[in-house]
Amino acid sequence: MNKPEYKTDLPVMLPPKAGVNGSFDFNLKPWHGLFLLGICVLTSTAAYTQADPVKAPPFEVLLRWMPLLLKGFMFNLIISVSAMGIGTLVGAALGLGQISLHPWLRKVSWFVTQFFRNSPWLVLLFFAMFLLPFELKIGGYTIPLPDWLKAIIGLSLPVMANVSEIVRGAIASLPSGQWEAAESLAFTRTQVLWRIILPQCVKRMLPPWMNLYSILTMATVLASIVGVSEVMTLTGQALSAEDGRTDLLLPFYSFILFLFFIYCYPIARWTVYLEQKFAVKT
Amino acid sequence: MEAFFEWFKWLYDDTGINLPFMYDSYDRGRMINGFFMTIKLSVLCLIFSIIIGMIGAWLQASPLKWTRRFVGGYIQLFRNTPPLVQLYFFYFAIGTMLPKVASDYGGEQPMLGGFAWAVISLSFFAGAFNVEIFRSGIEAVPNSTIEAAKALGFSRLQIYKDITLPLAFRVVLPALANNLVNLVKTTTLAYAIAVPEMLYEANQIWSDNVNVTEMMIFMLLAYFLLVGVLVWAMNRWERSLKIPGYGA
Repeated sequence: MNKPEYKTDLPVMLPPKAGVNGSFDFNLKPWHGLFLLGICVLTSTAAYTQADPVKAPPFEVLLRWMPLLLKGFMFNLIISVSAMGIGTLVGAALGLGQISLHPWLRKVSWFVTQFFRNSPWLVLLFFAMFLLPFELKIGGYTIPLPDWLKAIIGLSLPVMANVSEIVRGAIASLPSGQWEAAESLAFTRTQVLWRIILPQCVKRMLPPWMNLYSILTMATVLASIVGVSEVMTLTGQALSAEDGRTDLLLPFYSFILFLFFIYCYPIARWTVYLEQKFAVKT
Repeated sequence: MEAFFEWFKWLYDDTGINLPFMYDSYDRGRMINGFFMTIKLSVLCLIFSIIIGMIGAWLQASPLKWTRRFVGGYIQLFRNTPPLVQLYFFYFAIGTMLPKVASDYGGEQPMLGGFAWAVISLSFFAGAFNVEIFRSGIEAVPNSTIEAAKALGFSRLQIYKDITLPLAFRVVLPALANNLVNLVKTTTLAYAIAVPEMLYEANQIWSDNVNVTEMMIFMLLAYFLLVGVLVWAMNRWERSLKIPGYGA
């Protein structure tokens, strides 16, 4: 039997079309990061053809500086991990303060969270840089506060506020039945929080927490503005050491973009994977 | 008004709290210019990033595999690299490759200045987030609603304009507001390429007057209020657009 053919453009009569929307099956593989490196190499060679033949080709110069830049990048990672550690600890306490039964503690925690969440990271970094003393005197001891330590403190302030919101949000997102059931089993509030609510929250907090870490890693370059010798500062110094050759700018900056991309992209993919894994089917 | 400004002079003499942008008309001018520069930068970036987001979301629904891949690559690249490095990349790396034009003084100057590059770079940065936001918004419109509109004889354009967009807009508004807040905070990065926005002007003032503490606290409060007003306005807008029974 032939398929019936409708000679009409009334939408009702048209056969259902296979949906184009729906699953978004685009997957960027890690090797796509190589594409960036490709741009880096291509532009270097392209710029080289125009450059003076006496000068070393840009890619060679980049290779020469690479160990130093990688060392700088490691420093960025150290800053990000320490700031994340401090921020998470203080932020978790602040987040628990936001759901405290004590009204004043709740209000103060809420205000601190909002204040540091709504301020630009760069302003907070300046704040920590210029207002913290360069050394602390406690008792007879003098503790020096070097620039990088101040940068860690400055970056951990916004992280703290964001973690606080993540904790509060995760706790609020749990069904209230959990609290009620635990209370009916005669758990105290502390017990409910630590044994029933928080263990369930960890799963919900992990994806946004990782997202925050990736944002923080990208924010560590801000420390270059205030003079911490991380990868961006070192790049600037390397460029000026090469007599400010303009053909070096593109490969060097592409290289830094590449460094951050290969570090942050896997984190982003993993976050998406965890989000999908933990998603509650509705 | 004059008495109000004088009060700050008195405050300085009496307590040592130095706020020169209140009593010194030159510093006041700088601060106001900086404030409007921040607003200008934010608004321009907002407009361009929304345009980029719309085009990107439209391209991502394209049946061509490579168009989708290209847009996906753009999103991932700009989301996973630091905005400051992007800004430097545009301003230093691409900016120096462009031809120079003659300036008014007979010399040579780059074709695009710091402000233009800040707008371009921050728009691309915020746009990368907007593409995903818009796409999720359009996908969130229930298929049955579109089918119902088709059954009522709406044309494709009409469905997009009168059904999909208004509903999608309500879905994306919270995320868009979030991105906008982020954008306003990111405009401080323009400081790094000497665009005279609020933080840059504050820096000038504290370099001249050596009053870092006061200026820093003022800066924090200023951004806190700016973002606070923005969040409040967006929340109100969200509430006024709410359709009962649609969305959470």
